[in-house]
Amino acid sequence: MKILIIEDEQEMLENMQNSLEKEEFVVETAADYREAASKIGVYEYDCILLDISLPDGDGLQILKELKTKGISDSVIIVSAKDSLDDKIKGLDLGADDYLPKPFHMAELHARINAVLRRNKFEGANTMEIGNVSINIDKHLVNVNKTEISLNRKEFDILMYLATNKGRLVNKSALAEHVWGDYIDQSDNFEFIYSQIKNLRKKLNEHNAEIEIKAIYGIGYKLVNL
Amino acid sequence: MKLLNYTTRYFAIILFVLLSAWAVLFYFEMLDEIYDSMDDGLENQKMLVIRRAKEDTSILEKNEFGEGYYTIRKVEPKNIYNIKDNYRDTLMYMHNEEDFEPVRLLESVFQQNGEYYKLKVITSMVEEDDLIEDLLYSLLWLYLGLIISIIILNNIVLKKVWNPFYKLITELKNFNIEKDENIKVQDTSIEEFNLLNKQIQVLLQKSRDSFTGQKQFIENASHELQTPLAISINKLELYIENNDLSESELVQIAPVLNNLERLTRFNKSLLLLSKIENRQFLSEQKVSINSIIQDLVEDFSDFASHKEIELTIDVNETIDFKMNKDLAIILFTNLIKNAIVHGKSEHLINIEIDKQEVKISNFSESGALKKEKLFTRFYKISNKNSNGLGLAISKAIADEYDLELEYYFDEKHIFKVGFPKA
Repeated sequence: MKILIIEDEQEMLENMQNSLEKEEFVVETAADYREAASKIGVYEYDCILLDISLPDGDGLQILKELKTKGISDSVIIVSAKDSLDDKIKGLDLGADDYLPKPFHMAELHARINAVLRRNKFEGANTMEIGNVSINIDKHLVNVNKTEISLNRKEFDILMYLATNKGRLVNKSALAEHVWGDYIDQSDNFEFIYSQIKNLRKKLNEHNAEIEIKAIYGIGYKLVNL
Repeated sequence: MKLLNYTTRYFAIILFVLLSAWAVLFYFEMLDEIYDSMDDGLENQKMLVIRRAKEDTSILEKNEFGEGYYTIRKVEPKNIYNIKDNYRDTLMYMHNEEDFEPVRLLESVFQQNGEYYKLKVITSMVEEDDLIEDLLYSLLWLYLGLIISIIILNNIVLKKVWNPFYKLITELKNFNIEKDENIKVQDTSIEEFNLLNKQIQVLLQKSRDSFTGQKQFIENASHELQTPLAISINKLELYIENNDLSESELVQIAPVLNNLERLTRFNKSLLLLSKIENRQFLSEQKVSINSIIQDLVEDFSDFASHKEIELTIDVNETIDFKMNKDLAIILFTNLIKNAIVHGKSEHLINIEIDKQEVKISNFSESGALKKEKLFTRFYKISNKNSNGLGLAISKAIADEYDLELEYYFDEKHIFKVGFPKA
């Protein structure tokens, strides 16, 4: 999988690059409009992460170029502006998603995976980790071919952690993803714990080969046993 | 007191004093003039009588006034003290008035054929009390006439003249620094009002500029904070992920990360507040308040049950309102979240949807909160990790759409959102 990150903020770029390379993505970078424009003309990418406020040009222009050239790379707009106008414009121009800064890396992974799944592997909608198989479309989870029943939140949590398998998932990132954008202001994510507890119990009962580990004070990590 | 009445009052007082003083002067002047002309008349008559007496000596015997206007009496020279003419006022019985009336009397002495005669000539005189009365009445009418003219003039002319001023006052009364329009002033030919209008417009423009500048500053500042915060958080997360840290190490790092996130949330709230105030949420649609509340209650159910609080909804009516959907969600999110955060466990939070209003009530043991401070920024009831912006944001949203957001205490804390009639 090849990903192009277009981002003028050097450290932000490094963060994203490091994080994505760990997932075995091939990552290329462009720090300004010119570099980005030359790269999209030459190579093909599975996904482009596009910061639309670039020092030497409007990132939305890149979207337009992709469209006129008939390139169907998936694009996720990354923006510090978090403005509704940009979001609507971007999505109208054919972007697949819009992620406002600041974001958690876990959220970035989840978005990239969702976009790739939608655009690249049609039909391939199950995720396998050990003896656990997650059917993303049907919201079904099987352990050793036995279905376990999860409520919507438990499924969303498992899905999110599985997407970020082996990585640290910050509890606020998890809360925002599962409980909605506005829960984040509650400054208290203890209520996540009871759902995690139930989820763990169900996974244990079926001898799942995955474990949700708590990282003290910060969040959770799903590991393959 | 209105300016119009104020000037009228002063005019009335000044005119009263002025007219009274003038009346006294006028009275004496007039009286003086009357005496003067009467005395002239008497002197003329005296001379006529003396001339006649030379031709007709019979009248030298006329001792009584009778039907005439003079008497002549012979006097001994030794009884004459004063041969000069002497004018004085005296009283005489008048048949027509059946009373003693004042008359003007001229006493004079003349000599004829070696004899001395004393001549008295009279003429009827002005009745002073009548004169004063007449004068007083005339003055009263004059005074009233003047006052009425002034009032009418004031009301017509001054009102017209001061019109631009009153217009300006009305405009100022309706002026809202947050709304993006300047006040309208009336063109006038009066220099002072033009100056006033101009200065006020300049002043308002300056205030608005600094107000928007400040709003813009907050927005830009929180904007600029986003990226460094994102970088720091991401770096820390990567660090924790890449290094298998012991719990004691995590104990030290976790608070750093959590506080950075808290800062991010605070920054986001601040940005949101500026955006609402800078009117950046433009798209509007008909929003079903009922379904928003139902969704939120669903979203918050885990949070509430973690605190052992039960969330209930009483739906008595349906409310649809045209506004930005995100803002509608944020408005109720903050109110419901506020109720849960400050709610007491094992108690109920009830949301009641009635006709054009939503009431969110939660149990309280603390009694009423300070109404006037509740919706201001950074007001914290207790240090429950809140940033003190939630209710300020709700208030800003409510103000934006002319919704009524109100807190009152009725054994419970009640937050009421009133929707205007469609």
